[in-house]
Amino acid sequence: MNVKILLLSMLPSLSMAQGFAGLGTATDAFATPQRPAEFSFPADYGTHPDYRIEWWYLTANLQSEDGTDYGLQWTLFRTALATGEGTGWASPQLWMGHAAVTTPDAHYVTERLARGGIGQAGVTADPFEAWIDDWQLIGPNFDQLRMVATGPDFAYDMALNAHGPLIFHGENGYSVKSAAGQASYYYSQPFYAIDGVLTLPDGDIEVSGQAWLDREWSSQPLSEDQTGWDWFSLSLDTGKLMGFRLRQTDGTYYTAATWIAPDGATTAYEDGAFRANPTATTQVNGREVPTGWQVQLPDRDVDVTVRAINPQAWMSTSIPYWEGPVTIEGSHTGRGYLEMTGYD
Amino acid sequence: MIKLGLWTLLSHWRRNPMQLFTLVIGLSLATALWSGVQAVNAEARASYDAAAETLGEGQFAQVTSTDGVIAQDDYIALRRAGWQVSPVVEGRLQGLRLIGLDALTAPNGLGPVDLTDGALTVETLLGGVIFATQDTLDRLVDVNITQVASADVAPGVFLTDVGTAQRLLSMDGQLSRLIVAETQPLNRAPLAEITPSLSLRPPQGGSDVARLTDSFHLNLTAFGLLSFAVGIFIVNGAIGLAFEQRRPVIRTLRALGFPLRNLVGLIASELLVLSVIAGAIGVGLGYLVAAALLPDVAATLSGLYGASVSGTLQLRPEWWLSGLAIAVGGTGLAASASLWRLAQMPLLAGARPRAWAMQAKRGRFIQALAAVSLLVAAGLLAALGSGLFAGFAMLAALLIGAALALPLLLDVVLGFGASRARGVISEWFWADTRQQLPGLSLALMALLLAMAANVGVSTMVSSFRLTFTGFLDQRLASELYVYTNDVDQAAQVQAFLKPRVEIVLPIRAATQDVRGLPTEIYGPTPHSTYRDNWVFLQSAPNAWAEIEAGQGAAINEQLARRADIAIGDRITLAGEPFDVLGIYGDYGNPIGQALVTESVFEALFPDIRALRFGVRMPPEDVPALTNALLAEFDLPDANVVNQAGIKAFSLDVFDRTFTVTGALNVLTLAVAGFAILMSLLTLATMRLPQLAPVWAQGLTRSKLGQIEILRAVILALLTTVLALPLGLALAWTLLAVVNVEAFGWRLPMFLFPADYARLAIFAVVAAILAALWPAVKLSNTRPADLLKVFSNER
Repeated sequence: MNVKILLLSMLPSLSMAQGFAGLGTATDAFATPQRPAEFSFPADYGTHPDYRIEWWYLTANLQSEDGTDYGLQWTLFRTALATGEGTGWASPQLWMGHAAVTTPDAHYVTERLARGGIGQAGVTADPFEAWIDDWQLIGPNFDQLRMVATGPDFAYDMALNAHGPLIFHGENGYSVKSAAGQASYYYSQPFYAIDGVLTLPDGDIEVSGQAWLDREWSSQPLSEDQTGWDWFSLSLDTGKLMGFRLRQTDGTYYTAATWIAPDGATTAYEDGAFRANPTATTQVNGREVPTGWQVQLPDRDVDVTVRAINPQAWMSTSIPYWEGPVTIEGSHTGRGYLEMTGYD
Repeated sequence: MIKLGLWTLLSHWRRNPMQLFTLVIGLSLATALWSGVQAVNAEARASYDAAAETLGEGQFAQVTSTDGVIAQDDYIALRRAGWQVSPVVEGRLQGLRLIGLDALTAPNGLGPVDLTDGALTVETLLGGVIFATQDTLDRLVDVNITQVASADVAPGVFLTDVGTAQRLLSMDGQLSRLIVAETQPLNRAPLAEITPSLSLRPPQGGSDVARLTDSFHLNLTAFGLLSFAVGIFIVNGAIGLAFEQRRPVIRTLRALGFPLRNLVGLIASELLVLSVIAGAIGVGLGYLVAAALLPDVAATLSGLYGASVSGTLQLRPEWWLSGLAIAVGGTGLAASASLWRLAQMPLLAGARPRAWAMQAKRGRFIQALAAVSLLVAAGLLAALGSGLFAGFAMLAALLIGAALALPLLLDVVLGFGASRARGVISEWFWADTRQQLPGLSLALMALLLAMAANVGVSTMVSSFRLTFTGFLDQRLASELYVYTNDVDQAAQVQAFLKPRVEIVLPIRAATQDVRGLPTEIYGPTPHSTYRDNWVFLQSAPNAWAEIEAGQGAAINEQLARRADIAIGDRITLAGEPFDVLGIYGDYGNPIGQALVTESVFEALFPDIRALRFGVRMPPEDVPALTNALLAEFDLPDANVVNQAGIKAFSLDVFDRTFTVTGALNVLTLAVAGFAILMSLLTLATMRLPQLAPVWAQGLTRSKLGQIEILRAVILALLTTVLALPLGLALAWTLLAVVNVEAFGWRLPMFLFPADYARLAIFAVVAAILAALWPAVKLSNTRPADLLKVFSNER
């Protein structure tokens, strides 16, 4: 065991002790989300160091001029060993960045790690900037952003423009994750138009499409008997759908969803309304991962088949998971993103 | 029935407890020798690995600054420009090395800490934890910080978080250097655009520490290999003995209807149990050997190369396992042949004494063929082969070939003795010795290898010592060395020293590529210090005079070998052509070196000023001048070096190396002697039918005993004589083939006849001691037993 593994294993949110990535462990001194959720912007674009975990999570469905589908991910995670900021190396805040580009037959992934307090990574709310090393999500404001990431074999430089309001999930942004009441603060900006250049081993490719940004923070979003989740963000021809299924050790699921009308009006659905069932699995990195799904939201007559554009979109990062673009067919059509964790 | 069979087999040991003892002790000694050498080797290697990994030298490129300090802001600037670099803070904590790393950005494989202590909490980690070996932690006093013992940190090093290191060393906002990860992202700006004051140092081919210590390691590895071979021979002999002596029992059991399959199974399990017991004893003994030797090895390595090896021995599983494996595996190997023969032999033939020892007529031809082909292969490899593998293959071919050839050569010599023999007893003696050869050959092969190993290794170590002392004389010729901090101080120091000493010799160097190889160029002052001490391996006539007249250059052996430069060839230094007039040994230096005389150097590199000085002066005045220098100038103690002290220490270290090799020498010989003892014991009981007629014809029992001892001495002497050239060939291979392939320089070989004579005496003494007991036993054989030979057919 080297120091790196030692340190990583010490990080509560990164250890695999309980639940996926330790998200089910006790929180002690950390703050917990309370209802009713109240947000204040631009402050809530930024960090919440009294909560243990937090992320800025952007996924995009892109197409090049020849119609080829691409997927893109830019994620910054914050995880705290203790509450508060602290200065210099003594800061208890740790940062982890994941960037990926998915093509129909390749998946490029890279990861960055950083300590808080020294300026290597962080987030400022106004003007908005989220960064780790040379990766940036930066703009004059949250609606206009430039997004940059580089890896050993890929890079991208993208411009984002929001065409709709922020979306608050659950009870006005208070998103319940289990029957026991675990919850997080959760809002999204699903209305970004995106365009820019992907640099891949075969050369530069101009792409454009739609992007979806998730902001979420909490201290213990999963209960101890939850082992992972399957999360869908689907852009359909009549609206957008966010739905997730939390897998529980007794074989049951906890689900929740948000239906987003084109004008941004939302309907939240509680446990049971949203259904997702695997229809096909793929051998990925030595394990079986579901890469074909039947997704249903009967209240909106949604009954679609979701398929991975590249079933091998495995994120071989410190904490491995599956994340990639999907196609949608059935009662509705469109593109979307699928994230699956806890398939070890 | 199985129980009864087992009981019968075991009854042999009850009747011959001494044989059981010799079997177990023989196996144990072989295992001890193997695992002892392994332990010393594994321990030293583990310490290097820890050192190399902790330091990360060589493995990765590094970003450095001229003054050894990098602002933390520069680190952040580099990270934000995409550079995957990781900070290192380095300094001294109470005189020991403290290294601070950032675990999140450090490349994998750096800073290993094995930690099973679950008591650590987030709070202690953020509050600061230092990792070190227990020995190192014990040397720390009054530091208010959590300390965790970890065996995998290099000895003498504290490992901690970069932030904690900054706090302990009062280096807030400062870093010492940056490690550059092997994988870097696309679109990275050049270093000079981001942090112009910093420079990038490319990865080195391997760590300096490892490179130097490897040379010493080769010595130990070769010894381990040889002791393994000796061990295998001994295990073989011990098993052969156990089988041979129980043939009559086995025949009787089989004649009584005991199934062969059960018999083989019983013997196999009996041997397995015995070998495990003997192996465990052997590993224990090996531990004692290693524990006794390790402090010397540790001192040797740390003194020689500055590589720190912890002086305490850990029971590493790898050598526990390898020790048991050689005992069980060797037993299995030896026993499978015997068991196979047992299964093949006709029921009643099992008891015919010497049936298998004599059945080897055809085998002998095959053996001769194998020996000759192996020796030819060794010769071809020496002449044509290249690469480290060829060197080791040659070593193996040479040793096995020689071992196989030994019985045949002895046979020829004994045949010659027989042809010259006059008189009945003499003729019988030669003939009987020849006849015994097959039974003794395994033991004699073991003796041959043990002797050859001793000759080879002591030649290598002694040659290394002579070379190294010569090298010290050459490189540390001045009595005092002074390192100054800058050009101004250098001028002041020079002015201060001039009236007080014989001569001040500036040492200055420039670095450039010569024929594509990185090379340091020196410009020594013309002085007898260099003329007298720098001995050339090869040179043109009058080389020093020519060089001092500015007519040419000398280069080190590394450069000569790698760039294939010979005397008289022309090289280019700073654009000017120079003839190579001399090639000198430069042991342990990884890169090329060239030297031209002072005036030429100044013309070639006018900007380079000397910061180091060698000072020639009467040795007794060195301490006083050192104190005066330190009082006058702002110089750290380490900048004024008394070379006599260094030299004395280096030689002291070498003498400790001799302790190690000496102890291992005695041990190998003891084991080989034991092999002879066992073989003679085997033969003693079998030879009664041959000795009885001689006794009946009037040769007394005590005379027979004396002849036995004489025979052992003659065989041991013959083997020793044959072992000498083999040992020298072994040493030559190690010094002139393996070392060149591994390190790029050849160690000159020296001969040490007095050492060899002493070794020969040891070998003969070992043989006499081994023959003594069987001889005494023979002279005490009851006449009734000898008479029985005539009365029954056994």
